[in-house]
Amino acid sequence: MNVLLDNLSLYAEGLLGTIELTVYGSLLALVLGFVMASFRVAPVGSLRVFGTVWVTVLRNTPLTLLFFAVMLGLPRFGIVLPFELFAVLALGCYTSAFICEALRAGINTVPTGQGEAARSLGMTFVQTLGGVVLPQAFRSVIPPVGSTLIALAKNSAIAGAFSVTELLGTYKTLNELGYSIIWSFVWIAVGYLIVTLTISAIFNLLEKRWGVAR
Amino acid sequence: MTTGTALYDIPGPLARRRHRLYGVLATVVILGIVAWALYLLFDTGQFTAAKWSPFAYEGIQEMLLRGLGNTLKAFAYAAVLSLALGGVLACGRLSVHRPLRWAATVVVEFFRAMPVLVMIFFVFVALKVQPLPALVTGLTLYNGSVLAEVFRTGVNSVERGQREAAYSLGMHKTQVMTYVLVPQALRAMLPTIISQLVVALKDTSLGFLITYEEFLHAGKLIAGNLDYDLPFIPVVMIISPVYIGMCMLLSWFANWVAKRQRRSPKTEAVEVAPPEPGTLMPGAGTHP
Repeated sequence: MNVLLDNLSLYAEGLLGTIELTVYGSLLALVLGFVMASFRVAPVGSLRVFGTVWVTVLRNTPLTLLFFAVMLGLPRFGIVLPFELFAVLALGCYTSAFICEALRAGINTVPTGQGEAARSLGMTFVQTLGGVVLPQAFRSVIPPVGSTLIALAKNSAIAGAFSVTELLGTYKTLNELGYSIIWSFVWIAVGYLIVTLTISAIFNLLEKRWGVAR
Repeated sequence: MTTGTALYDIPGPLARRRHRLYGVLATVVILGIVAWALYLLFDTGQFTAAKWSPFAYEGIQEMLLRGLGNTLKAFAYAAVLSLALGGVLACGRLSVHRPLRWAATVVVEFFRAMPVLVMIFFVFVALKVQPLPALVTGLTLYNGSVLAEVFRTGVNSVERGQREAAYSLGMHKTQVMTYVLVPQALRAMLPTIISQLVVALKDTSLGFLITYEEFLHAGKLIAGNLDYDLPFIPVVMIISPVYIGMCMLLSWFANWVAKRQRRSPKTEAVEVAPPEPGTLMPGAGTHP
């Protein structure tokens, strides 16, 4: 217990770092994932190819390799950004591939008849998309997006190993200060449980509110 | 064009011409980005002979291969052990004895909600274990817990009639499991199981962070060599295709298995899961 109380500010800083990485990474992943999903269902061939390559490559890349390449590789091209930004970039791009697949699967669950009916009522493309297809896709997409974002929160631990301020990284300082390693890890674990279970709770709420009635 | 989408009609001649125009524009933009990346690579001198010469030496090739071997070794251990742990935990979660079920549930939910890296670091730093066992332990605990959920979902997704028919034939609880439910569940879940192994293979690269001498570690050693003008980008360009290729091969295998199982008459009483890693939310209880 002492480990937590004595180093409350250190833990709070780490937890805040994890939450920041998670939030910014999620935003980037959602935006990029949405763009890539729209590429993958577009009627334009070259965009479809680009989306497919993006998803296939990133889904099969180990995140550590991506971090390694982004954190240590981009500076070689004269792109120097704070480490946090690099971490958000790597996390967001990696997760966007999974978000893209979740969204695409969601769009594919909408029956073709829905779009046909909307068009035969004279709705434009934007109206069909915004008023008929996307609202239905959104409902079925909540659980997979939720579990993808939880995975993102857990993956943010890798950033800690690349010297970004983050929950896992706090163990190093505590170790140097001579605190019990086991207890410092127990509190790190509690911190991660708080983050992942919060996201899980949020998405369960969303699912209850908007999910498909089964 | 595929017709199975609710987004737009089958395009007519005018729309096709427009799409072709968009296609050309998009291709130009994408090629522009690729050209810019290539220009950056050339401009910063990534293709000079000095940076690529190390890969001609046998010692360095051997080092890379040894790293790759260590990666595959960690993957093999982690895969076998997590399949075993997954089986044990799934038995626990499906047990009729309440304390056993609760214990298994707590273990599974805890390790699924925890980042793999935290477990690996815990074993490595706090328990002072060698890198390889630490890496394998972490991967096993995480993937074993996820696989336990996969197995359980598989068994529960077998049609109820199968279980009822087996019981009405006078089969014992264990017989129902081993002769009727598990074989069908395994067939249905095989694509998901293989996809989860892809996750394990990708996560072996976490060993890099605890100084396990795997593929990425070998790359780092070469990249830091001043004699060859710090060949970081060449190293990334050699390592990533190998890593991505291995994972793609395994993913492709999962897809192939999924297609095959869907056609198989042996999976009629159970729906074959899509070839995606187990993605259930932790703490979501008995969510489908």
